[in-house]
Amino acid sequence: MRAFRRTTARVAVLDRPNVDTDQIIAKQFLKSIARTGFGQYLFLDWRVDENGNPRPDFELNNPAYADAKILLAGPNFGCGSSREHAPWALLEYGFDVVVAPSFGDIFKMNSTKCGLVPIELPAEQVRKLIDEVDAQNGSEVTVDLETKTIVSPNGETIPFEFDDFIREELLEGRDEIGRTLMQEGAISAFEAAHPVRIDTAALAVS
Amino acid sequence: MGETLFDRVWASHVVAENPTLLYIELHLVHEVTSPQAFEGLRLAGRRVRRPDLTLATMDHAVPTDGGPITDPMAKEQLDALRRNCEEFGVPLFATGSGHEGIVHVIGPELGLTRPGITIVCGDSHTSTHGALGALAFGIGTSEVEHVLATQTLVLPRPKSMRIRFVGDLPFGLTPKDVILGAIAQMGVAGAKGHVVEYSGAAIRAMSMEGRMTVCNMTVEGGGRAGYVCPDDTTFAYLEGRASSPTGAEWERALDEWRALVTDDDATFDREVVVDVERLRPQVSWGTNPGMTTSVDGRVPDPSEFSEPSERATVERALEYMALEPGTPIEEIRVDRVFIGSCTNSRIEDLRAAASVVRGRRVHPKVRALVVPGSAIVKAQAEAEGLDRVFTEAGFEWRHAGCSMCLGMNPDVLAPGERCASTSNRNFEGRQGRGGRTHLVSPEMAAAAAIEGRFVDVRELIGAGA
Repeated sequence: MRAFRRTTARVAVLDRPNVDTDQIIAKQFLKSIARTGFGQYLFLDWRVDENGNPRPDFELNNPAYADAKILLAGPNFGCGSSREHAPWALLEYGFDVVVAPSFGDIFKMNSTKCGLVPIELPAEQVRKLIDEVDAQNGSEVTVDLETKTIVSPNGETIPFEFDDFIREELLEGRDEIGRTLMQEGAISAFEAAHPVRIDTAALAVS
Repeated sequence: MGETLFDRVWASHVVAENPTLLYIELHLVHEVTSPQAFEGLRLAGRRVRRPDLTLATMDHAVPTDGGPITDPMAKEQLDALRRNCEEFGVPLFATGSGHEGIVHVIGPELGLTRPGITIVCGDSHTSTHGALGALAFGIGTSEVEHVLATQTLVLPRPKSMRIRFVGDLPFGLTPKDVILGAIAQMGVAGAKGHVVEYSGAAIRAMSMEGRMTVCNMTVEGGGRAGYVCPDDTTFAYLEGRASSPTGAEWERALDEWRALVTDDDATFDREVVVDVERLRPQVSWGTNPGMTTSVDGRVPDPSEFSEPSERATVERALEYMALEPGTPIEEIRVDRVFIGSCTNSRIEDLRAAASVVRGRRVHPKVRALVVPGSAIVKAQAEAEGLDRVFTEAGFEWRHAGCSMCLGMNPDVLAPGERCASTSNRNFEGRQGRGGRTHLVSPEMAAAAAIEGRFVDVRELIGAGA
């Protein structure tokens, strides 16, 4: 997984509640067996019309948000389907961080597993950040995962909460499977202490 | 202090703490969210730790018309699953094996899903399996890879919540109406971060299929997992299934399962009460499952919403759905009807829909589809003659698969088409780009197919509202 420590970057605002992962990356692109190639399809039906032309009224097409690496979003961002293709698409499109009042549970977990940093702030603080960014017609924000702070366009430092273990994983870009495999002893001990209750192989017909 | 079923199942699966490593007893795999996980294993030279606790099936991308796969990308994805299962020794129920079907239908019907176990799948509707008293989570592809390699998951402990349904289920009210009503009441983020226990007389009176419908839609209310404490209905459902224990082992399992209760003095982080007696058949009008009202209601007027962002959301939803504020739900006409999906494609769902359809005809302007959830459900329905009830009425009768729930296969809506659907999501474009989805029960979908518009199914099936 890629590591993240700190970025100072332009911000894009997508101020809508309950943005579901079907909108972030539509189902027809989930047939790919690759882990890349999804960025070009991010928010496709919102971003472009039937002829492939950009829809000028869609937030991410606002020139003030060009090259943004930080997305300010509405509550319950990433609700719905468990597709990890959603954070993959956001990363590949260029976002490193999403800041929102809340996230869909599975989306939030998936993001932390692939290096997209989901930061929850109280709704009023997200609102204030959005207002500051919009007042300056797009502007830069600093997100520092090491110190768990955001510096707003007006220079205000905003602290945020973040799970300590997940933060370390993101800071180091750690291979979580490798780390878990180091607990092989504990896993084997658990298996030895608990009788097997399921056997899928016994059902196999093909 | 007393414990919840969630407390008990969680505690009995903790391998290590800080962070919590949870043991996974059943890992269900399908073609869409697994190829990158297997590729990850290959690149790192890792194996599947417990193929005997893993089962793969084909569901999302398979065509349901019985024909060959013509979409080259879908074919590649299904071929990849076959290759990966062979290479890593994972049992696969491939299309045509007679055991294939929607992953959340086959787990319970094979008796693999059972009380007190932990289950994961790279699919958000894994919450379905909680209907049998399992703790079942949807996960993403990185986690799929983690479980394949380690049979564990690193998981912060979710909070606990109870949704208590009070009152007796009125005549003609279905489990789908109950869960849609609950989501409409608490919102699509109402259960966010929580594992939900469903309780109350209405749940106790429900069949296993009904409980699966309720638990299936937990994620539409934002919940991490949903479950029902097992009881005699659960045990009767499991007895004699392909993978269920037998003889002395069955007796031992029953003893174990009967201990899987939530104590009377157990507490939850959150409690919500839903009065089912006030509920009527539900129909969604918007672009998320919380945007739902009663069949005798009307499409809301955005001006009723004082909060600006909520108003904007409703305006946007009505624009996408091409609905005028104030339109009575019963005046909304449909072009398509879909009966199927992991929410409502089990034998009982098909029986319920067939009971409405029997002796009637699909409206001439409607194209209607019934897609059984598994090959086993299909065979059983055909043995009961349900397929003929549907086809004689003008429905298409298909092979098992996810079909039109998510439009990853040839079953999609054309732009602008309006569909009464028994699936779980009415998101923009979910059933096809520009398609408009209204979520309903199988009975309500059947009634819409016959009348060409939404009607209160209770008017068709006799006793009054």
